[in-house]
Amino acid sequence: MGMTGEGFPAVTTRRDAVVAWGQKNSLWPMPFGTACCAIEFMGVAASVFDISRFGAELVRFSPRQADLLLVAGTVTFKQAPILRQIYEQMCEPKWVISMGVCASAGGFYNNYCTVQGIDQVVPWTSIFPAVRPGPKPSWRRS
Amino acid sequence: MKNEEILEKLKQKHPQAVLGAADRFGYLEIQIAGASIAEVVKTLRDDPEFAFNMLIDLVSIDYSATQGWTGERFALAYLFKSLTLGHRLQLKVTVAEDEPVVPTISEFYANANWLEREAYDQMGVRFARHPNLKRLLNHHEFVGHPLRKDYPITKRQWLSANESLMDEMDVRLKAKGYQ
Repeated sequence: MGMTGEGFPAVTTRRDAVVAWGQKNSLWPMPFGTACCAIEFMGVAASVFDISRFGAELVRFSPRQADLLLVAGTVTFKQAPILRQIYEQMCEPKWVISMGVCASAGGFYNNYCTVQGIDQVVPWTSIFPAVRPGPKPSWRRS
Repeated sequence: MKNEEILEKLKQKHPQAVLGAADRFGYLEIQIAGASIAEVVKTLRDDPEFAFNMLIDLVSIDYSATQGWTGERFALAYLFKSLTLGHRLQLKVTVAEDEPVVPTISEFYANANWLEREAYDQMGVRFARHPNLKRLLNHHEFVGHPLRKDYPITKRQWLSANESLMDEMDVRLKAKGYQ
């Protein structure tokens, strides 16, 4: 970006840069809530923590309109193909947050039916490894 | 009715089916021959003195890891309650390992349909004449029965594609008169 210097109020830039800037600052999240971490996502979106400060208040329940997949909760093997399909339906660029230790590594569900980390199903970019992490880690850079 | 009266009356009605009884901390348990479970349950539901109109739970048990156990490997516990008369009852059926088949009671209690599917899925007990004996909790590509004591608890099985479930949808649409 650059300002023109002759007193004419205009900004020059490239269209790609504007689009990328918009995408970066208005992530539309889609919650894939399967357990108690989905309750914490309500705290993230509600007024006290207020995800709209980051331009992400528009929660989409269609993967085709969302940029950010929030996997909040335990994912079973029966659900793994569903999660994969939802991830593939999202348009590029897309990001995944694995919220809580159950989604990140299976948590204490070390058993026959729980996927031991959704990185085996979809590539995640950010994790909050805690049991019911609460809204606060959503603000931290990780 | 009191526990003793329930036992006496059931013995009169089905003398061959009742194999024994026990008092579990005030909860009456009656052992029933597996082949006659369906007619016993029908009596318990329809007889106005029993009036067991609620099936609380159906539990499958694997005794293979129990110390000093000499009986059959599997057992089923049927828990009943009468909402009108207030009494409770537990039926116990032993199930052999080489032929784990028990008649279904899903025609008498609607919730028995899924409870029996769960017992089949997790423990491998089959129910004769069940209308839809498919896995309930595990996916359809799962091999084995995970609540059996000889199943390794961390043996995980991936699913390649979900079921469409349209076969079950067709049955329900037909039942509701849409097809």
